[in-house]
Amino acid sequence: MTALASAKDTEMVVNKQSASPNRVIDIENLSLTFETNDGPVNALSDIDLKIEEGDFVSFIGPSGCGKTTLLRVIADLEKPTAGSISVNGVSPEQARLNRAYGYVFQAAALYPWRTIAKNVALPLEIMGLSKAEQQQRISRNMELVNLTGFEKKYPWQLSGGMQQRASIARALAVEPDLLLMDEPFGALDEIVRDHLNEQLLQLWAKTNKTVVFVTHSIPEAVFLSTKIVVLCPRPGRIYDVIESDLPRERSLDIRETPEFLKVAHRVREGLKAGHSYED
Amino acid sequence: MSTMTEKKSRLDMPALLAWFIVAMVVVGLFSPIFGPDYGVMDVPRLALCLVILAIAGVRYELGFMRNPLGDIILGIVTAIAAWLLIATSSQHAGQATLGFWALVAATWAASWLFVERLATWRHLSPLATRLINLAIPALFGITLLALWQVIVTGAGIPKVLLPAPSEIWVRLTNSGPTLWADFRQTFLKAVLAGYAIGCGSAFITAILVDRVPFLRRGLLPIGNLVSALPIIGVAPIMVMWFGFDWPSKAAVVIIMTFFPMLVNTVSGLAASDAMQRDLMRTYASNYWQTLFKLRLPMAMPFIFNALKINSTLALIGAIVAEFFGTPIVGMGFRISTEVGRMNVDMVWAEIAVAALAGSLFYGLVALLERAVTFWHPSVRG
Repeated sequence: MTALASAKDTEMVVNKQSASPNRVIDIENLSLTFETNDGPVNALSDIDLKIEEGDFVSFIGPSGCGKTTLLRVIADLEKPTAGSISVNGVSPEQARLNRAYGYVFQAAALYPWRTIAKNVALPLEIMGLSKAEQQQRISRNMELVNLTGFEKKYPWQLSGGMQQRASIARALAVEPDLLLMDEPFGALDEIVRDHLNEQLLQLWAKTNKTVVFVTHSIPEAVFLSTKIVVLCPRPGRIYDVIESDLPRERSLDIRETPEFLKVAHRVREGLKAGHSYED
Repeated sequence: MSTMTEKKSRLDMPALLAWFIVAMVVVGLFSPIFGPDYGVMDVPRLALCLVILAIAGVRYELGFMRNPLGDIILGIVTAIAAWLLIATSSQHAGQATLGFWALVAATWAASWLFVERLATWRHLSPLATRLINLAIPALFGITLLALWQVIVTGAGIPKVLLPAPSEIWVRLTNSGPTLWADFRQTFLKAVLAGYAIGCGSAFITAILVDRVPFLRRGLLPIGNLVSALPIIGVAPIMVMWFGFDWPSKAAVVIIMTFFPMLVNTVSGLAASDAMQRDLMRTYASNYWQTLFKLRLPMAMPFIFNALKINSTLALIGAIVAEFFGTPIVGMGFRISTEVGRMNVDMVWAEIAVAALAGSLFYGLVALLERAVTFWHPSVRG
């Protein structure tokens, strides 16, 4: 964590703090129905959600509740069938073409024929940045996720946690204001996960990015978020939105405090109620 | 020299081989090797070698000289014995009797035993390990050639049925210019041109099929049909279309190599998974960027599969196509005419050249594959 804290990124922080908070994501009455061989499936139904700049929002819910689908709609990887959505004030497609967000997948999805540095450079090559600019962004973001020194390694020579950190560096290299993360630490063990959660929080505090984070872990959601969106399945819909009053600066110890447990309890109640709804 | 360390009863492969050598040497020493009255004692050096082989073979079983030095003696004496067998059999072609075959069997078993011993050497430097890994297949090949030689000369097999390797070698060295001209005509012109055009056009077609979906439905079945054409039927037509010289053979090679390359490239281009394609989408990557940065690298193992299959198919196609009309040069032309003239050693010389060229071609493609797909689990292992 010290490596992250020591990484200087003051320029970005100052820029963001001087701007007034504004709406990054605005979703109204959004629905998505998949046509399958077994008939239509309501993946998302009547979603209303506002996300402000600098928020850390978690989507939590059981499997099949549509949390990943909702994130994919924001990223323009799925098209909604009804309702409206804007990202940075424009359509998700336009936002995607503007490279307005960085997306971190469940798996690292690094290309095995590229070194770690070359993997981080992948979006930069597509954006057509100069070699010098690419080099600068590679070293800056590799340092941010604590991977300096591993530039020349291939993905298969790294542990799962390091691979996922490299994929976060790759998303950050685009230097987006919005970071979309789909259960990025789901496949990692508890210890690595705690460590990466802490690093992610520091990164967020330092850069003031807006983060939308999908998880099915209650402690992870409560520890990271300023806002927790509880979803429930069949049809996928928002059951509860919890504004967390925990301080923005947190360490792992906060998980033992009554405030933390109170928020976690409300999330758990929401998940339980959302589930029992269909019985 | 012999210590009382281990006295376990063993009946593994080396032990079996060792006792087999002893038995065969005993048979060989006490029965004639050529005709009714020519024994191994008429060739004292051979008799000495075989006695040494028998002793060196069973030394592990009897418990002395259990070290690499003994193994090396075994190997060297085996080579000398094989050489003496070849030399004496050439003076008595077709007269071999029971004793001779027993000695051949003993020498063959000794070379097998030597390879078994070689494979158990430990505590070696990486370089020595690599040398031994090269030596084992080489020894295997040499043993096969030596066996071929002694059996053909010892049993007096007619040259028309199967010439000895030495006769093929003589023909190879004496007919250098002819073989080179044939090689140039068939391999350097027809095979390489056909291979490059066939694989290249199939690759471009695969990209087209991928880019324009309706072509997939139209072109793939036609490609399938073309690949099913019998080359025996197509070759004469190609000769009528493109003349007697190498272009008609290149055309046959194109037809043979096109489809494997097309099918493999098309499935290779589909090999990337949904998450990798979504990733490129989040970067607003266009078709060509996704093609070059994700899908083609991902397709490389498939493409190299096709290139390897085609490297041997191309040679077969070109040689067979020459049976249907050529100028008076080419490997296929030479094989078909020399068979008619009963010059079977020339046919075998051409086969040797074709085998060598095909293996080298395949090996080169495989080396290139290792360099390009170094990241693939099957290579990086």
